[in-house]
Formats: sequence, C-alpha cells, structure tokens
Amino acid sequence: MKNLVVNPVLNKEFKLRFRSFKSYLGVLFYLLALGLIIVGFIFIESLSNNMQGFFKPDQSRTMFMVLSILQLGLILFITPGLTAGVISSERERQTLNIMLTTTQSSSSIILSKLFSSISYLILLIAASLPLYSFVFLFGGISPGQLLTTMGFYLFTILVYGSLGVLFSTLIRKTIVSMVTTYGVTLFLAGGTAFLTLIFMQLTNAYGYTGTQPTNPLAYFPAMLNPVIILMSTFEPEMTNEITRSTGIEFPLWISYLISYTLIFIGAVLLSIKKLRPNMKKG
Amino acid sequence: MIEILDLTKRYGKFTALDSLNLNIEKGSVFGFVGQNGAGKSTTFSILATLLAPTSGSAYVNGYDVQKEPKLVRKQIGYMPDFFGVYDQLKADEYLHFYGASYGIPFAEREKLIPQLLDLVNLSHKRESYVDLLSRGMKQRLCLARCLIHDPEVLILDEPASGLDPRARVEMREILKELKCMGKTILISSHILPELAEMCDTIGIIDQGKLVAKGSVADIQAQLRGERLISVKVHSELEKAVSFFEDDPNVFKLTLLEDNVTFQFTYKGTPEEQTELLKRAILNNIAITSFAEAETDLEDVFMEITKGVELT
Repeated sequence: MKNLVVNPVLNKEFKLRFRSFKSYLGVLFYLLALGLIIVGFIFIESLSNNMQGFFKPDQSRTMFMVLSILQLGLILFITPGLTAGVISSERERQTLNIMLTTTQSSSSIILSKLFSSISYLILLIAASLPLYSFVFLFGGISPGQLLTTMGFYLFTILVYGSLGVLFSTLIRKTIVSMVTTYGVTLFLAGGTAFLTLIFMQLTNAYGYTGTQPTNPLAYFPAMLNPVIILMSTFEPEMTNEITRSTGIEFPLWISYLISYTLIFIGAVLLSIKKLRPNMKKG
Repeated sequence: MIEILDLTKRYGKFTALDSLNLNIEKGSVFGFVGQNGAGKSTTFSILATLLAPTSGSAYVNGYDVQKEPKLVRKQIGYMPDFFGVYDQLKADEYLHFYGASYGIPFAEREKLIPQLLDLVNLSHKRESYVDLLSRGMKQRLCLARCLIHDPEVLILDEPASGLDPRARVEMREILKELKCMGKTILISSHILPELAEMCDTIGIIDQGKLVAKGSVADIQAQLRGERLISVKVHSELEKAVSFFEDDPNVFKLTLLEDNVTFQFTYKGTPEEQTELLKRAILNNIAITSFAEAETDLEDVFMEITKGVELT
C-alpha cells in the first residue's frame, strides 16, 4: 500500500496533470455547466407551477435524478478519454520503454496509471458535491441516497477506467485504443439497455397466454447496464418490473457489483500481464 | 559481464538475430556496428528485458535476462535510440522520477542528482523544463538518468545520433569519463570513427550475425588479407603505373587527382611487398613515397557489409 501511495508514477502523473492549466479550466467549465443545469431546472420547474415560484420536494427529487443521470453520462463519456491513452501514449511518446527498464513492477505501473487518470474525474465529482447539496435545500433526497450515488460513480469509474487501461496496454495506437474503449462503453451503457428492451418486448409479444410470461435473457444485459442500475436505486418499481419480466429475483445491483468487479479484476490482471513481454523460457 | 549465447529472435519469417554469440568483459567498452535492421537494437532490447528472444540466452552480470529480469534491470542503464521526455517536468524532477522508480530514497536522490547533472554538464539546467532543452542536452540528461541507480552496465543505443558535432564531442567526453569510472559500456553508433576511438572492442553485426569482433586493427587484419598501398613518384608516372600493374598481387590501381600519386590493393605477403619495392627501385621508378594507406573503420564496415550505404 505504501508503494502505491508514494508511487513515483502516481506522483509524476499528478504533477503532470495538475500542473496544466487545462485541468483547472476543465473543472471550471464542468461546474459551470452543472450549475447552469441546476439553476435552469429550478427556474423552469418554478415557472411551470402556475407562476407560484414554489419548488417542491418531489421536484427536487426529480432534479437529483436528472443530475445523477447526466453526471453518469459525463462519467461514461470522460472516463475512456482519460484512461484509454495512459499506456499507449507513453509508448507513442517513446517513454514507456525507459519506464519498463526500471525496477518498478508492472502492477505498480498499471495501478498508479489507473488511479492517477481517474483521480481527475474524482476531483470533478467531489467539486460538484456542493452543487448537489442544493437538493437538500428543497428536500426529497436523503444523504444516504446521495452517498450511494457517489459510491456508485466511484465504482463505475474504476471499472470503466480499468477497461481503458487494458485497451491502452493491448493496443499500440492511442486513437485505436480510444475508439475501442468508447465502443465497449457504448455497448455496456447503451447496447445492453437496447438488448434488455428487446428481450422484454419479445417476452411480452410471444408469451401472451394469460399468465405472466418470463424470459431470463433480459436480466443479463440489464445487470451490465449502469444507467438501469442507477435508475433502479431511485425507482424500485423498475427493478420489480425486470424481476417480473425475467423471473430472476436475485437483486440486479448485486449482479452488477459482481460482474463489474470481475471485469475490473480481469482487466487489471490482463493489463499487468501484457505490459511487459513474457520473458519466461518455454 | 555480458554473455550472449546462441541468441535468436524471429519475427514471423524474418530473422532479426541469428544465433548471436558475444562475450563482453567487465569494464570494457564494446562498440556494436551494423546497418539499420542488422539486429543491434534487437540485441539491446533483449538485454534491457524489453523483448523476449525466440531462443538462446543472455546474461548480464551473471543474471539471466529471461529468468531474472528484475535483477538484470538493477544492473543496467538503458538508453534507447529514440526516446521521449515528459513535457511538464523539470530536469531535476525528471531525474527524481526515475530515481524513485529505482527505489532510491528522496534524501539520497537530492545528493545524487546535482552530481549527475554536473557529470553531464547540465547543472545550469536543473530548473529548466525538459522539453525546452536542446536535443544534445536531452541526450545527456537521458544519460544521467541511466546512471541514477549506479548500474554496472550501460546499454547505449546510438547515443550520438542526431547530435551536432559539438554535442557529439561532449557526449564522447562523458562516455570516456564513464569508462574511467569502470562502467561496462555497450554502445552502438553509426559514427564509426568515434567508436574506434572510444571502444576497446568492436563487433560488426550483419543480418543478425556477428561477422567480426576485435579491436579495429584486429578486424582489419581478420577480414582483409589485403592492404591499400599508396605510391608517390616525382616523374614518369605512366612507367611507374605500368610497372606495378604487371605485378600479379596488385589490384584496383587508381590514380589520384594530384597526378603523382596512385593507390592499389596489394594481396601479397609482407615479404612479397618488400620485394616489389626493391624491384621498383632497381627498375628506376622515381618513387618518393611508398606506404600503406590508412583504412578507417568505415571502410572496413563497408567492405564487410558489401558496400550497403550507411544511413
């Protein structure tokens, strides 16, 4: 653990990232955009209440949900960009070989690269917390719900970040690695939702025999979809609907945790294995 | 110190290294010469644990590069032919980063870095951003980086490439100093005469095979059973040319621009060469100079690699 905390790669990456003025501009524009959305939402919702200027707790809850989904969208959009070039860009910049001839272990390099690249995203989320606290002014959301959402973000960032690092290790060109990571992210965030809908529709269309039809197929893409999981924490009815449709009562979020943990472990282990050539004699 | 046994590396059907055998003594400076694609960088990459060989073995200070790569990394300082730097780091931060990568404590690095910067004449650039340094300075900084963990072996792939003459001389001086410090240096270069000046031993690699090894003089003797003779006369040039052309051991006779000197390749023994000179004098050839012309390493290299142009 000490090695990771005082890790030279982590130290260097922090220096490089936070020395650049662009990083601060990024935080500024992110908070401005989020602030505008919050103020705009409150303004529009207040106007829609027959010009009475009230902002009710259930509207506050809706705002929190909209913000959370938006933030998740931003996370899924930014994470591949931050992580899919961490190793390949070192290779393209011709600094990777030198780093690999040092005595640092592959695991130390990969983990510190992953943590340093997602640290910026964590900074963005942490910086957005005061804006989120707006919802407490109007009620409708418990602090526990806010913490759960933040925990969900951290976990999701870590997993998608590990995928970015994996492709960056396996693929030589950063641009190809980026496209691949975005492709996989799009599949996991959008493709799985589409598959869930298709399977649920198929169940309804072919199973209309008077009893409630079930098709477990819809469960598997649903458990991989971060948007469905996040939504299901706000709207338990959504989870119930998937349970009714699939006939699987095992909680969706636990399946998400398990499958994404396996993806994370697999991606990190494969990255560590593939970073250096296999020198073992046959 | 470095032992390479039957080292082979294949990329599909292409053989980059073909059963290479090499032994480099501790404290010596070994120059690796070869055309582009001859296998120099492949050999260096294997020794630097960046590439796994197809077959064969390589040892650095007794450690097997395949079985004990981490121990090998402690022994070597590797400078690749092309390398990049981190734009946003200062020179001392750059060295701190690599020092920390080798597990050197901060306090020790603080003492070490000024010494290393002094060694490579970059003390005045300690606070400068690395990307603002000239190419020559970056090369020297990279050399300082190679030395941060005090390795016994330095593997330097074309350290002087792309440098202006002044920077080359500076680099050469630093390498001489490192040689005096007892480092074992494995160096490749296209600047062949410089290698000749710096290296104790030279190896010529061609198509993945070591075709010659030894000192420059050894290699010349080993690979060329012939000598280049230069003859100068003060009159009757045609008569002299005709006389020498008649000798069966004389080949490739060419006239030089001054119209009093000509050169030829002589394949006879030293005794026959003495006899030839005696006969020339007895035949009243007006010789003012008869000497073996110096052949430099570049000539030898071109001869061995069959005249393929150096890049």
